[in-house]
Amino acid sequence: MAGLGRLCLLLALAVCAYGIGASLYGVRRGRVEFSESGRRSVYALAGILTVAFVILEIAFLRNDFAFNTVADTSSRTTPAFYRAAAVWSSQEGSLLLWAWLLSLWASLALFLTRKRMRDVAAYATAILLGFGGFFVSLMVFYATPFATTRPAPAEGVGLDPLLRFPTMMIHPPMLYSGYTLCTIPLAFGMGALLARRVDAEWIRAIRRFAFAAWLFLGIGILLGARWSYSELGWGGYWGWDAVENASLMPWLTGTAFLHSLMIQEKRGMLKVWNVSLVLATGTLAIMGTFLVRSGILNSIHAFGGATLGVPFVTLIGVLIAGSIYLVVSRRDMLRSEHRLDSLLSRESIFLANNLVLVGLCFVIFWGTYFPLISKALTGQEASVGPPWFDRYTVPLALVLVLLSGIGPVIAWRRATLANARRNFLAPVLVALLTLAVLLASGVQQKPFAIAMFCCGAFVFASIGQEFFRGVRARRAMANEAAPVALLALVRRNRRRYGGYIVHIGIAVLFIGVAASSSFQHASELGLSPGQSTRVGAYTVRYVRPTATVTPKYDAAHTGSTLSLGAVLDVTKHGHHVATLLPSEGYYASQEASQGSVGSLIGGQPVSHVALDGGVTRDVWTAIEPDIETPALQRIVKIGNRTLPPEDAVVAIGYLARAYLQHPPQAQFHFIVSPLVMWIWIGGLIVFGGGLIAIWPAPSAVRRRVSMRSRARAAHGLARA
Amino acid sequence: MSVLIVLIALVLIAGVIFVVSAPLRNANRPPAGGAAQQQLEPESAERHELEVAREAKYREIRDAELDYRTGKLSREDYEAVDGALRTEAVEILNRIEASAGE
Repeated sequence: MAGLGRLCLLLALAVCAYGIGASLYGVRRGRVEFSESGRRSVYALAGILTVAFVILEIAFLRNDFAFNTVADTSSRTTPAFYRAAAVWSSQEGSLLLWAWLLSLWASLALFLTRKRMRDVAAYATAILLGFGGFFVSLMVFYATPFATTRPAPAEGVGLDPLLRFPTMMIHPPMLYSGYTLCTIPLAFGMGALLARRVDAEWIRAIRRFAFAAWLFLGIGILLGARWSYSELGWGGYWGWDAVENASLMPWLTGTAFLHSLMIQEKRGMLKVWNVSLVLATGTLAIMGTFLVRSGILNSIHAFGGATLGVPFVTLIGVLIAGSIYLVVSRRDMLRSEHRLDSLLSRESIFLANNLVLVGLCFVIFWGTYFPLISKALTGQEASVGPPWFDRYTVPLALVLVLLSGIGPVIAWRRATLANARRNFLAPVLVALLTLAVLLASGVQQKPFAIAMFCCGAFVFASIGQEFFRGVRARRAMANEAAPVALLALVRRNRRRYGGYIVHIGIAVLFIGVAASSSFQHASELGLSPGQSTRVGAYTVRYVRPTATVTPKYDAAHTGSTLSLGAVLDVTKHGHHVATLLPSEGYYASQEASQGSVGSLIGGQPVSHVALDGGVTRDVWTAIEPDIETPALQRIVKIGNRTLPPEDAVVAIGYLARAYLQHPPQAQFHFIVSPLVMWIWIGGLIVFGGGLIAIWPAPSAVRRRVSMRSRARAAHGLARA
Repeated sequence: MSVLIVLIALVLIAGVIFVVSAPLRNANRPPAGGAAQQQLEPESAERHELEVAREAKYREIRDAELDYRTGKLSREDYEAVDGALRTEAVEILNRIEASAGE
């Protein structure tokens, strides 16, 4: 099977090389059949890489440790659920996932554009195959997923315990889908520049893919944050980690593009800006992949080795240089067709929103790459931490939320001050009322949080007003009941109202972030059974210890050999709130020097967080048991001396019993954070709105609208 | 097992060659939908661009109407914007008609 996998990679490389040549020859010589053949090469690539991916999946599910990748990142004790996801935990598997997803999305994009923009699509085909070829080359020459060792080891190292978490099944594919989808607008943008066809058509062709990239990247980021919050023992959801930032940057520029593309579609303006945003988003997506896979910057999310730096840097250099050359050399064609009619217009607000988003991206870029920049300039690696990021991003985030409330109530092209006054009156009053309530309730010491709550209230009011007025107008026109009018309004204006729902979700999400980060109570201390502590308004009592042994029955079903934890009773004002069961899993290692018993629990211990989530607050707990006590270590030493590996688990049973009978003091981390759940709810609202906006309008409706508009435009002929 | 793998490999290679070479094999045959379907002429590409611009203009007209109905535009502003948009739409329609007549 490994041989077939290797053959697939070689075949894929040949197909990429042929497809690039055929596409370029076809478009340069006007030979459509060659361009068509190039396009079909992308389909073939998708088919080949699907076979390769299935081969690797089968190897993981069958515990075929002859595959080095399987032996390095899986084991028999890894649950089947996680074995399926272990494919992308390895360097080689994640490269294959990247290339496979790219080929699938590229096939879809090229299939949907097969009958239009043949010249642009031919260049885009060559560029997409170039990306595919790059990743396949990495697998052929640097990190092949199909390398084998004979005879095969009897057991594998196992999946990194940090990755044994349900969201990790879908977080990487979502993120990689986002990254790979980002390359499609980039390829078509470059194709449009190369073909010198920079009208709105290429924008229209890739709009849905840009939206899908934004959606998948956003879901991936949110799942990563959820993983960080629920799995990593530090209690946060965002730590300005290099890899987190790497995924956020293309999302920010992608968000900017989704706004500014509307201006190009409607007014033929911002062509340079739009094409630059598309190229920057695609390049940042490649840089994001580079950060995860190169290990060049320290990150808790980076699982790659340090072997792929040079090829990635070369690719990024070519992309940046090529992008600059194309934009500069085509600048005459990228002139705006119109100018801004008024500074008080939705176009102006979109421009401001773009500047804030790009500003945010720049700040994050600088902070993320500062260790590399400082090393290049001074020879010493220095890094910036969360306070540095917060200092610049919090004010920008405030402006962003405010603009997301201003934009929807301002008209395209021009708005008058009188109209603006009327439209802003209710939202401003709601924001002021929120401020008064917050100040009256004594929340004064957190100005940024208060400002975010007021901006959020402004957004809710302005968008609520938009929905209300839209429904009222619809009811006046069609005499429909309010719910029917609301549905019809959203259905007929999906992009507009889907976008408004996204804005509400963003405001909800930022309110959750502001509240949970500003009004959090945290405590780290050691407790013995029976002892308790106060965290905010809550009392947490360590009732008794827990212990489970064997891979099959560990508390979190993650394949740990031993899991030690605690039963915690959480009360508020004497009333029971929740019983929480945090634990720490101990995993087997491959270190023979740790002895037969020591190696069963000698891997990286992983905290399994227990939390009681609610709409008003989360009570978050984590435990770090002490297994280094002399009594417990004596059991390990005796077991190492006397028990062969097949019986070593008996000593782990003794160790668990001893821990339960004489539990040592354990270290606990308690956090009570308000409104955390609203971060996840806000995310769901954002993606719900995004789906509404991306969903294609029913063709019948489109036809009807088109015919009606045509009739009205014809009627306007008389008036014009 | 190895025979099966060799067979799969051969099928895969044959399938790839079949899929990728199909347009080259069919190049000498007359296209099913006429020449226009086989190759987009510059004129039809321009016409397609105009049709895209027309759809965008219709959407803009609808958006302006919704802005007016939801109180974001005064009647005077709406009439001015709507008039300008319709003029632009008519220009596009004229260009489409002209390109169809050529």
